Order: sequence, then structure tokens, then C-alpha cells
Amino acid sequence: MDLDILVEKFKQKDEKAFESLYAMYSESMHGVIFNIVRNHDIAEEIMQDVFVKAWHKSDTYSSKKGRFFTWILNIARNAAIDKTRSKSFKNTKQNLDASFFVDILETSDNLDNTTDAIGIKNYVGKLAKKCIEVIELLYFKGYTQTEASETLNMPIGTIKTRNRNCIKELRNMVLN
Amino acid sequence: MDINAYIESGILELYVAGSLSDKENEEIYALMQKHPEILQEVLNIEAAVIKLTAATAPKNKNYILTSIKKTLNFKGNNDTKVISITKYNWITYTGWAASVVLAAGLLWTVNQNTTLQSNIEVANVKQALLETQIANSKNSLEEAQTLVSVLRDDAITKIPLAGQGNFASTYAKVYWDKKEQRIFLDAQGLPEPPEGKVYQVWSLKLSPLTPTSLGTIDDFATDTNKIFEIANANQSEAFGITLEPAGGSETPTMEFLYTLGVAAS
Repeated sequence: MDLDILVEKFKQKDEKAFESLYAMYSESMHGVIFNIVRNHDIAEEIMQDVFVKAWHKSDTYSSKKGRFFTWILNIARNAAIDKTRSKSFKNTKQNLDASFFVDILETSDNLDNTTDAIGIKNYVGKLAKKCIEVIELLYFKGYTQTEASETLNMPIGTIKTRNRNCIKELRNMVLN
Repeated sequence: MDINAYIESGILELYVAGSLSDKENEEIYALMQKHPEILQEVLNIEAAVIKLTAATAPKNKNYILTSIKKTLNFKGNNDTKVISITKYNWITYTGWAASVVLAAGLLWTVNQNTTLQSNIEVANVKQALLETQIANSKNSLEEAQTLVSVLRDDAITKIPLAGQGNFASTYAKVYWDKKEQRIFLDAQGLPEPPEGKVYQVWSLKLSPLTPTSLGTIDDFATDTNKIFEIANANQSEAFGITLEPAGGSETPTMEFLYTLGVAAS
């Protein structure tokens, strides 16, 4: 079904549309959330919060403001980051310093052994550190271009072209 | 505007990442409506990012969705999905109705076929019965015609057999067709033989008295006209009928000589 129609139905609280969208994006969200919190139970808890929240505030989404994927990605990242700042989370003493999404792929005991996951693992193994950093910040952590520029200490223009090239490589790897 | 340069700038990757301002987002949305290649580029970037992020997800956890649906009070929040009856459209109903009608029609046809077949069987039996009756009638007719021809034939010798002794009230007649070496015995005047006994027909020579068996009448009770055709190649001088045990005897039992008649030479 056309994504626009699906999203429109979702905004009208169509349960089937919700389930379709969940099927399309839940794994991606679960990956992003797990990468931030690095805890299975907490990640699942946040997953529930994110999709319940998306259902309740579905009317705030507008395609003019961005992709539906980006909208729900924002909700997921914000919920996960909020969690890491909570007192209860700090008590779990998760060490999140200097951890990147690639760590999960490299120690992929809990990953699905799907062709995609294996292909991406192979890709990531060859990925330059500069790509890992920029993808981590922009997609997994939700940094703005300005924030990424400051963190990586490089001009916004460089961030954009580097990211463009990194995503190009990814596309060649997973979409062909 | 140079679409390619715009795409190559890397702004669309940031758009998907959600790193742009609201104003930039709206601009890109407008451009996507105008330029299909920009929309396609965004779709490709998005697909790649979804695959990458999904790859870092823990194993598929179906119960998360179940739990979410429960929280949201979805109607179909059970794992065992109850398919709502309203989902069926008119095609489904029509299809079922059609198959029911078809099944009923088939049953009716099968039933009709069975009835017709049994009718045919009944008709066949009736026909066989009628054929037998016709054959019987033909036989009777032939017999009657033979008898008539025998009675009218000059060459046929008629020998009445008179009742003897205790059996004086009985009688019989022999029509002797010498040319065909046969006799027709009219045994109408004999009583039905008792159980275990049969009538035996004898050809007799008188001097000296020599009986020759012409055979027993085994179907006496069932024969309707009581006329029996018996082969006789003897130069008979008389005919006699005795009652003998079933199967017949070598010589006539004279105590049970029922009828006797001498041929007029």
C-alpha cells in the first residue's frame, strides 16, 4: 500500500495501518534504541513507550515536516536518550562511553542471522572509522548537522559530503 | 535548479536523519513533489538506513507488538487472531452460496441417476419376465400344434389304457407315432403320485410277456396338460403304467399296475 495512504489511515487510528507501520519500522527502532541503552529489557520497555506514544500523538505528524520514518525515529531516539539520563538508568551503571553501533554488529550473538544482518556486518567491517562516527551521530544518536560538526570538529559541508559518501557505500551494499 | 548537484550535496541524507531545520524539511518536501528523482533518492537513502539500523536490533520479539496492542486496547489484541466476519465481502458470500447450490444440484443429479438406474433394472426384470412368458407361450403353442397334428394324423395309433384292479377308476391314452418312433401319453386320468414314487411307462410284448421300460415321468406334478412325449422304438403290443419308487424299476411292480392297454394290430 502507498505509504501516504497508510500513514493517513494511521492518523485516523486504523489498527491495521498501525500494525503495518510497526512491521515496517519496529526492527529499525529497536536497533536504534538498543544501541543507545545497551540493555535488552530497557530497550523493550522503550519500544513499547515509543509506539504507544506514536499512536497517541499520530495527529501531530505531517508529511510536510519530514519522512514518517524520521518522525518515529525522532520519538525513539528521544525516548532512549531521555532514559539514559534518568536516575534509575544511571544506577544500572551502563558504560556507554565510546560505544558505537558497530560493536553490536561485531558481537552479534543476539542478532538475527539473516542475510541482511550478515551482509551489513561484512560491510561495517570494511567501513572507515570516519563513516562509523558520522553515521552513529546522525542516524543512531540524532545529532543535528551543527552538533555533529562541533563534535567531530569539522565543517558542516564536510559532514554532509562525507555522510553522503558513507551512505552511498551502504546503499551499494544493502540495496543491490 | 541543478537536481544532481542538489542530490550530491548530501542534504537528503541529513533530511532522512532528521538533522535539518523545519524550514529545510518543508523545502525538501516541496521539491520531492516536483522532482521524482529527488523523492526516489530519499526513498533509497531511507531504505538503506532502515536496513542498517534494523541490523543492530535484538532478535525479533513478537511479544512487544502484542504488549503494545494490549496497552492500546486494540480489538484484535490476542495472538490468536479472530477474523472479523465483516471482513468477508460479497464475493466470498456469493462464492459460498454458489458452491452450496452446486453441491445441492450435484446431489439431486446423483439421486436422479440412482432412481433412473433402479427404474431401468425394474424394467429389465419385467422385460425378462415377459420374454419368458412369451417363450413359454410359444412352447405351449408348439406343443398344442404338435398335439393337434398328432390327433389329426392317420398314421397315429390311439391306444386307450384302462384302469386295472384297485385302480379301475384311472385311465390314460397313448398316441403312438410309429413313424417318428414316439408316443404321446395323455395321463390326465392318473392321480398325482405319492411322495417318493413315480409313474413308469412300459412297452409290452405279449407272448411271452416282456416289459421294456420307456422311462419314468418325473415331472408329472408340474406338467400342466399331463401330456408327455416319450421316445419308443419298440415293436410294442401293449402299454402299461405302474407306480414305482423314484428312479424307476428294472421290471414293473404288478401290484401297482395302474393302467394297461393293448395296441390294435
